[in-house]
Amino acid sequence: MPSLLFERGAPGRGATFVSDAGAAARYLDAGLLRADLPLPDLAELEVARHFTELSSRNFSVDRNFYPLGSCTMKYNPKLNEAAAAFEGFTELHPFAPDAGCQGALQLLWRMQRALTALFGMTQFSLMPAAGAHGEITAMLMAKKHFNDIGEGARNVCLVPDTAHGTNPASAAMVGYRVNAIASTARGRIDVAALKRKLGADTAVCMMTNPNTLGLFEDDIVDVTNAVHEAGGLMYYDGANANAIVGLCRPGDMGFDLLHLNLHKTFSVPHGGGGPGSGPVGANKKLAPYLPQPLVIERDGAFALDWGSQRSIGPVRAFWSHFLAVVRAYAYVIVHGVDGLRRNSELAVLNANYVRAAVKDVLAVPYEDFCRHEFVCSAEALKKKTGVRALDLAKGLLDAGIHAPTMYWPHVVPECLMIEPTETETKATLDGFAATLRGLVELAEAEPDALRAMPLHTSVRRVDEAHVGRQANKGIGLRWSAEQGAV
Amino acid sequence: MYTPHTPDEIRSMLDVIGAPSLAALSAPPPGLEIKVRLDVPPALPEADAYAHIKAMADEDRAARMVSFLGAGAYRHYRPPAVGWFATRSEFLTSYTPYQAEASQGSLQAIFEWQTYICLLTGMDVSNASLYDGATALVEGVIMALHAKGRRRVIISRAVHPMYRAVLQTYASGMGIEVVELAVGEDGRTHFTSSDGASQPADCVVVQSPNFFGCIEDVPAAAKLAARCDGLCVSVTAEALALAVLKTPRELGADIALGEAQSFGLPLGYGGPYVGFIACTKEHVRRLPGRLVGETTDVDGKRAFVLTLQGREQHIRRELATSNICTNQALCALIATVYLATVGSRGLKAIASANLARARELAGALAGIPGFSLAHPTPYFNEFCVRTPVAAAELASRLERRGFLAGLPLSRFYPALGDLLLVCATELTTGQDIAAFAAAAREETSHALAAI
Repeated sequence: MPSLLFERGAPGRGATFVSDAGAAARYLDAGLLRADLPLPDLAELEVARHFTELSSRNFSVDRNFYPLGSCTMKYNPKLNEAAAAFEGFTELHPFAPDAGCQGALQLLWRMQRALTALFGMTQFSLMPAAGAHGEITAMLMAKKHFNDIGEGARNVCLVPDTAHGTNPASAAMVGYRVNAIASTARGRIDVAALKRKLGADTAVCMMTNPNTLGLFEDDIVDVTNAVHEAGGLMYYDGANANAIVGLCRPGDMGFDLLHLNLHKTFSVPHGGGGPGSGPVGANKKLAPYLPQPLVIERDGAFALDWGSQRSIGPVRAFWSHFLAVVRAYAYVIVHGVDGLRRNSELAVLNANYVRAAVKDVLAVPYEDFCRHEFVCSAEALKKKTGVRALDLAKGLLDAGIHAPTMYWPHVVPECLMIEPTETETKATLDGFAATLRGLVELAEAEPDALRAMPLHTSVRRVDEAHVGRQANKGIGLRWSAEQGAV
Repeated sequence: MYTPHTPDEIRSMLDVIGAPSLAALSAPPPGLEIKVRLDVPPALPEADAYAHIKAMADEDRAARMVSFLGAGAYRHYRPPAVGWFATRSEFLTSYTPYQAEASQGSLQAIFEWQTYICLLTGMDVSNASLYDGATALVEGVIMALHAKGRRRVIISRAVHPMYRAVLQTYASGMGIEVVELAVGEDGRTHFTSSDGASQPADCVVVQSPNFFGCIEDVPAAAKLAARCDGLCVSVTAEALALAVLKTPRELGADIALGEAQSFGLPLGYGGPYVGFIACTKEHVRRLPGRLVGETTDVDGKRAFVLTLQGREQHIRRELATSNICTNQALCALIATVYLATVGSRGLKAIASANLARARELAGALAGIPGFSLAHPTPYFNEFCVRTPVAAAELASRLERRGFLAGLPLSRFYPALGDLLLVCATELTTGQDIAAFAAAAREETSHALAAI
């Protein structure tokens, strides 16, 4: 590995960037000041080499096929980046008076409206910072709603066993007891099991549709009706919304609340794990509880509105991940409804095409066509050769292909979850299928070869157990002058 | 627009799949088709879309005004090198580094961020970043709650009002009692007053410099925390102050958190920014979100990997320490490249420039008849000035003359209608200050004449 920044540089190197104002002690009592600032001083070229070298040790969509299920690693158009770099956006202070921010406010307002239409809701808040943040926002809204109508005793959140881990974690944060619902042999929620669990304690049922197996919950209207009859709310996790934009709407399915991931469906780059953007939509009943401020339009002027007495309040310091929303808006405006629908259709096409190309070597446990992603299982391969889904994933890395999502959802053993997205060419998909088939063949002939992979990445398999034991003691999580990484 | 499929390819793919048409393959179950015309603007060609968005950006007059606004979002110099390296496609278009072998670049950068945050705060461990300063505060409070289990938080009223509002949003849903401490005439918190603050609590939260710009007596907050058998949580909304002030650790904090937007991130109308959170070793397992550790690969090569994932939602589900999934990786990377680029020399020089400009601004404003500095307390780069007319009216008059005058405190503290919170950074010039003071003098006399 390249040295850490802290192992580079030399005292006295570097630059000051601004005209000299003397030492801090000129302005503040010494008793308030820190003794030293032990950060490395580097020449700009050292910084350039360091980060350019680091960048070469990453897989990325611009360089690698990235069929990572549930993450929608589609191409991030560069128009988005140009739009987010306009100075009228980057240099705008969140506390500037509304009159001076009409462009930004108009963009936010237009985005609220577009999402409201596309997903069949009454109102959207663009405030939540990420998907999980949208989830906790919605749980806070649900809880406040139930308190307001005198049903604060409702405290059970129903979550299918295929759900994202954030769903139960978000529900638990507001004190909801999480009750998991099993899936059927068809890979859908067991509606009968769900109905047995409904009652006076039901607060929310959280669902993803299509679910994380890539299958449309075809009983969804039955589910939302039953939950509503029991007095509960339906929450739509928008992680898989890339399968449905312009085709159908959570509002029409009966969902009361939802979040989207603009960094998945609306092509905001993932950035190595954030920043995301997780807008929350609500139907008429729940809209007054949305976080505020919302953006409103009045006589052609746009404004931040703090007017809802029932709002849960703000969920982050300022109004949105604005520059992420700008990127998503650029994506919406170059596509329109027809283009967005086309993208969803092609995402479904690409997923089914890969599914058809690999299903004879890796079992696909559900017969139906998939939506934007599918799962396959290496269980048979493991029984026969000892080679696991993990080994296949590592083998793909050697071929320059990012690993699919693995070992989740838990209902499928040795699971690989594959989501190609709509921006990949047929040739890339053909190459991926051929590589995966080649790895399965290799596993059967030479299982140890798979277990040794990857060979060609910047590092090979890493020791996770050791670092975990150290980290438990607070060791190995940073560099220090005395001991290197401590 | 960005999809590659030719009609021939679509046909041959459908044949392989065995589906009659694209529409049939992707249609929802019967009854769920969209039956209304969706009110979404029609598609624009890319060139038109660019112009359309640019026109909106150009409407933002406030982005071009001479600004003295801070209040949790700061205008600082961003060396061009920072954006150049940090937004390389290899970083920008990668996913969360779950696959260590394919993500060493992102992982090492996060490890470096964690180290920088520890060096700046004096703490032992830092996580991989959080959404922003306000949500970092919430997560810090939840850490303290997990440590103490009392569901009672003591917080200074001089903590950023938006941070407190966000805490209140969560506290209402989570059944946490929030006790606020009053602020004295000197702009600092009364940590010694006994009202409501003598019973056991999970933590005492202090911000320094606080929302009024005043450097707080953090050791007094730590003492109160000890009396309440709680943790001391230190908040920093202007991370640049960490370059010169005593570290939160030295001052007695157990958890140090805040907002690092000042390290290379644009104002961006409020986001995305980047929250940080760091703590002493004993609380490492209570940290929320991602953590990167150093290890080796099978060949003994240095490597970095996500660790302690047993705390996180994708493993523990409803038992996780937090529901957080993403962090702000790209924003943390920008901050890391910023800190690498400016180094200790640059950061100290920039911090000193902030100290200097803020004092020039204070001198110029205090020279206006009827104006005075509100608090006799040391400050970093922002402070409150008392105005002889309502601060909100003065700010709105100055806005018409092209100045963002600062934040009238009446927005969050109705009793403080004559206070204006102003900020100067290394980007504030002597000419800006002179022009602003002259305009403030004129507008004040106009306003007084109108009364």
